[in-house]
Amino acid sequence: MNLMMPEAGLLFWMTIIFAIVFFLLSKFGFPIITGMVEKRTKRIEKALSDAREAEETISELKARQEEIILAAKTEQDRLLKDAAKEREAIISRAREEATEEAARILSDAKVKIEQEKQNAIRQIRSEVASLSLTIAEKIVRKDLSADASQQEYSQRLLEQIEKSDKR
Amino acid sequence: MNRLKIIGILIVMGLLLLPSGRCRAEESASEGIDVGEILFGHTGDSYGWHILTWKGKHINLPLPCIVHSSKGWKFFLSSALEHGNSYEGLFIAEDGKYKDKIVELSPDGTQIRPLDLSITKNVCSLMISSLILLLLVLLTARWYRRHDVDSEAPSGIAKLMEPLIVSINDSLVKENIGKDYRRYSPYLLTAFFFILINNLLGLVPFFPGGANVTGNIAVTLVLALCTFVAVNLFGNKHYWKDILWPDVPLFLKFPIPLMQLIEIFGLFTKPISLMVRLFANILAGHAMILGLVCVIFIAARIGPVIGGSMTVVTVLFGVFMNCLELLVAFIQAYVFTMLSAVFIGMSREG
Repeated sequence: MNLMMPEAGLLFWMTIIFAIVFFLLSKFGFPIITGMVEKRTKRIEKALSDAREAEETISELKARQEEIILAAKTEQDRLLKDAAKEREAIISRAREEATEEAARILSDAKVKIEQEKQNAIRQIRSEVASLSLTIAEKIVRKDLSADASQQEYSQRLLEQIEKSDKR
Repeated sequence: MNRLKIIGILIVMGLLLLPSGRCRAEESASEGIDVGEILFGHTGDSYGWHILTWKGKHINLPLPCIVHSSKGWKFFLSSALEHGNSYEGLFIAEDGKYKDKIVELSPDGTQIRPLDLSITKNVCSLMISSLILLLLVLLTARWYRRHDVDSEAPSGIAKLMEPLIVSINDSLVKENIGKDYRRYSPYLLTAFFFILINNLLGLVPFFPGGANVTGNIAVTLVLALCTFVAVNLFGNKHYWKDILWPDVPLFLKFPIPLMQLIEIFGLFTKPISLMVRLFANILAGHAMILGLVCVIFIAARIGPVIGGSMTVVTVLFGVFMNCLELLVAFIQAYVFTMLSAVFIGMSREG
């Protein structure tokens, strides 16, 4: 069986041919191709990780944005509530003041009215006294001529009346 | 549409019946068909390249013969030795130990084999396939040098080669060798594509193909030797310790180095199995297809009816075998590369 016996010539040429092919391909062929493919793989991986990072940043930003909006909303609520409280306080204080003022004015008016009343009563009384005196004088003058004792008596009576009035 | 296909197939099969009938008439004149002769003739090496036989005339591509005979170096074309002619005492042996090889007669009348470095059919086929391989890979590499891989998708030849190269590099080399796979990937890729192209070219039945290159033991021997060198030249301490002082009970390795003997034997059986596997698979594939073709001519000698019907069956089988061989061509290249990578990986781990 010469099939199992390697032929020297073919061995020789196969060695040379394979050596040349291997040299050329390992120098100018495969490393360039695999290197380039690897480079591209790396770039794609980098692009993917970059995209993932960007996505993360975006979601982070979104979360922060939401946070800010939420904070702004609570602040707004607080401000509105404060303003409402303030308003109530102002209104109630104003009402109190108004009530007090009204009460004061009312009491002042009462005092003044009392005074006026007293004045009026006093005036009326003196008026009445002088009127009644005049009337009595007329009556007496007609009955009694200008008697000194009678004049004195009537004067006394008048004083008595005044005294009882003052009391 | 389906009926058209069936009719087409029937017509083709009908055509197959015609030449077998005529062959019978021609063959019957000559003596019987020597299947063994045909098989060995086609799977073996030869000095010229028989391209076809036209009207009884053989058309051979003469190839250069380089022989170191007792009279020094001789360079001549193989056509000088055709039809039993001799050239300066050199001739092709008709039978005997050196059948179909260039021999010369020694003074005592026996045939001796001179140093023969002829460019035979297999060598020529090797050169053609190597040229194709170089063109394919170097043109691909040129594409990568001239284009920016970051912004361009591969086109043309790079589109064809890149998936193959990347898949072999990733699934075989990277997977089996591990971290320093870069040092070995050029060799393993070269081996894969070298075997694949030679396998495929061997399946082409006419001129640039048809040689049984990877089914020749000399070729697979060189390839296996390369793997052997790659495995053992760069094997690490752990690998050699496993061979020379394996982790087994002491009595197995001292005083009689039983395990060491087995391990060292294993060192050589690995590349030998690589060599024989590729050789036997490709040779068997060629032999099967050739055998099937021979069946046509043998059946034609029995009678036109059997010949015709057998032709149909044989052609169907031949188509099937060729498809199978296409698969085997890839699988064997893949297996050789994978096992080489596994062996290299074993010598690098630890």
